[in-house]
Amino acid sequence: MTAPGIESPPGIHSSPGIESPPAPAVLVRGLRKAYGPMEALCGLDLRLEPGVFLTIFGPNGAGKTTLMKVLATLTRPTEGTALVGGKDVVRDAPAVRKRVGVISHNTYLYAQLTAIENLEFYARMYRVQAGRERALALLAKMDLTRRMNDRVATYSRGMQQRLSVARALLHDPELLLLDEPYTGLDQHASRMLAEVLEGLRDGSRTVIMTTHNLQEGLAGCDRAAILVEGQFVFDQGVSEIDASGFQETYFACVHEEVLQT
Amino acid sequence: MKSGSKRRAYATSALVIVTFALILFALVEALVIAPREATMGDIQRLFYFHMPSAWIALGPAFTVVFGLSIAYLATGKMVYDRWAGASAEIGVIFTTITLMTGPIWAKPIWGVYWTWEPRLTTTLVLWFIYVGYLLLRSIAGEGPRRARLSAVYGIVGWIDVPIVFLSIWLWRTVHPRLLTGHGFDMDSRMVTALMISLAAFTLLYVTLLVLRAGTLDIAAEVTALQARLRRLDRRGGGR
Amino acid sequence: MAFFSQAWAIVRKDLLTELRGASTIISMVLMGLLVVLVFNFGTEPGTQSASLARAGVLWAAFLFSGVIAVGRSFASEKEAGCLDGLLLCPVDRGVIYLGKLLGNLILVFVTGVVILLFFTVVYNVGIGTSWLQLLLLLVLASVGLSTLGTLFAAVAAGVRARDALLTVFIFPLLVPLVIAAAHCSTLLLNGKSLADAGLWPWLLVVYDVVFLAVSFIVFDFVVED
Repeated sequence: MTAPGIESPPGIHSSPGIESPPAPAVLVRGLRKAYGPMEALCGLDLRLEPGVFLTIFGPNGAGKTTLMKVLATLTRPTEGTALVGGKDVVRDAPAVRKRVGVISHNTYLYAQLTAIENLEFYARMYRVQAGRERALALLAKMDLTRRMNDRVATYSRGMQQRLSVARALLHDPELLLLDEPYTGLDQHASRMLAEVLEGLRDGSRTVIMTTHNLQEGLAGCDRAAILVEGQFVFDQGVSEIDASGFQETYFACVHEEVLQT
Repeated sequence: MKSGSKRRAYATSALVIVTFALILFALVEALVIAPREATMGDIQRLFYFHMPSAWIALGPAFTVVFGLSIAYLATGKMVYDRWAGASAEIGVIFTTITLMTGPIWAKPIWGVYWTWEPRLTTTLVLWFIYVGYLLLRSIAGEGPRRARLSAVYGIVGWIDVPIVFLSIWLWRTVHPRLLTGHGFDMDSRMVTALMISLAAFTLLYVTLLVLRAGTLDIAAEVTALQARLRRLDRRGGGR
Repeated sequence: MAFFSQAWAIVRKDLLTELRGASTIISMVLMGLLVVLVFNFGTEPGTQSASLARAGVLWAAFLFSGVIAVGRSFASEKEAGCLDGLLLCPVDRGVIYLGKLLGNLILVFVTGVVILLFFTVVYNVGIGTSWLQLLLLLVLASVGLSTLGTLFAAVAAGVRARDALLTVFIFPLLVPLVIAAAHCSTLLLNGKSLADAGLWPWLLVVYDVVFLAVSFIVFDFVVED
């Protein structure tokens, strides 16, 4: 399986009278991240157009979380560049943080604070205008209004995850990073999360999701990629993928990489 | 071997030989040539090792750590972190020597093992600070995170030392009876022996630093080469 | 200014969390009182009550209880990855430092007052008219402890070090603070004023200012990855 690496943006062609194509939402070139002697990302390239929902699959240790951390500015690349909305993650980190929302298996919620207190706190940190109103609106959207004055410690995992989604959306980010968001959720909570994520697919936001879950991951996305040992070994638009055979494709990719080392 | 590293190997060998010779010279000076101190006797000769050790500890060793820590935070180059770590290790050794020779020398002469004299007390606090630095390095894993955290500690620790000295000096001025000093008159031949010893110890510090940091540099180079090899290996495997 | 209002938001959050069930301040006060108690059994009873020798007890208690506070200030963020949550926000890292510092300062100061009161009762020392100056002294000492304490708590959190290790890191650095504070408190408890304390209060001020500045500058490096 060869790695196409950079995919040409679908449907964009230059014509007279039309302006240059919009800047990609995410542009990564030659990204390397090493933790001591271990390389988590080995020269990664990625170009993602605005509004696209990309799902990245890969085994543990493939580098999925590392990639998310670089894009979220939580960690700096050892080499290479990463641009989010045209801003460099190292040089313009605050500008990138304003545009990025993160949902992961960590909820980033303060257990002793109530839902509304958590949201108001983050609204203040993101300098969201009319923070309280926005928080209330998001609580309503996530169907948490009834319990908004309860401490997060009393929430079920599924509710915490929904609140975490609300937290990520407070500042209306252009790019959403979902790092294995289904971890630890039961069937019911998973379905609710899937519905919420489906609701986010209105084309106004770019989304990158990493997951182990082949079924759910493939169902909701525009583009699928497989990351193994710090490099992309598969990257295609979902219309070109045979969903039923995807599992075999995935195992073939992972297995082959494992054979190489 | 590349010509650059050959030159470096020769220079290092030369440094070791010169240092060895100077140390020998200093030993002879201190133990034989310098005159016997009138009241204290031969035990005073320990001073020729105690004082230069203290000088290395309070002076260059940790100042180098401070400077390299700033350099690391400013540039991110790991070589500064490696040399800072090496300097701290050597500094702790010299500090330990100072703290051990002090009481050995003080007991026969002043009858007490320890005095809360500013320099000695500061050296003790210094010992704790830099042992803490080494402890931090040992639990922090490797790589840039350890470098950053130790750099912060190296900077804060060094700034604290003069303040510690000042506070103990002030303390001593307020309670002079209790805290004795380290004084004695030195004739010119003793001064000579001391100067030679100082030079020898300083050169010893430099040599140890170069040797130790040099080993760390080589180890880092090996690790980097191994990583490159793994990358090429992967790429060559039909992707 | 957004900087201060954001830092204050962090302080409020931490104090709210504390009030709602974290037991930090209780542990701190108990630790401080216990240290005074235990030291008392090891020293000669009845000698000059407010001597410099006794002052060591007071400030040892202050230090041990203070380390608990600063140690918890970043430990609480480890739950649910909250430190990452803060780092994801487009806030200046100095805001995080200031917020944590102020939170610790409040805890350390309040505990310090309780320990001081206990100390004066146990050793039969009158506070008299110098109570205001004693409070000022406590403020200066609390700032000194919180400044370096918050910085090193972040360092320790970065390497998952335990409380004991944090103590090992900061105690040597706090030596000037202890010496200066002990001299000042002894003078004050003996009826003198800070004006009689010569350079000691100034040493504390210099210590506070220097390490506040240094910590602000280097904090970014400690929390970034």
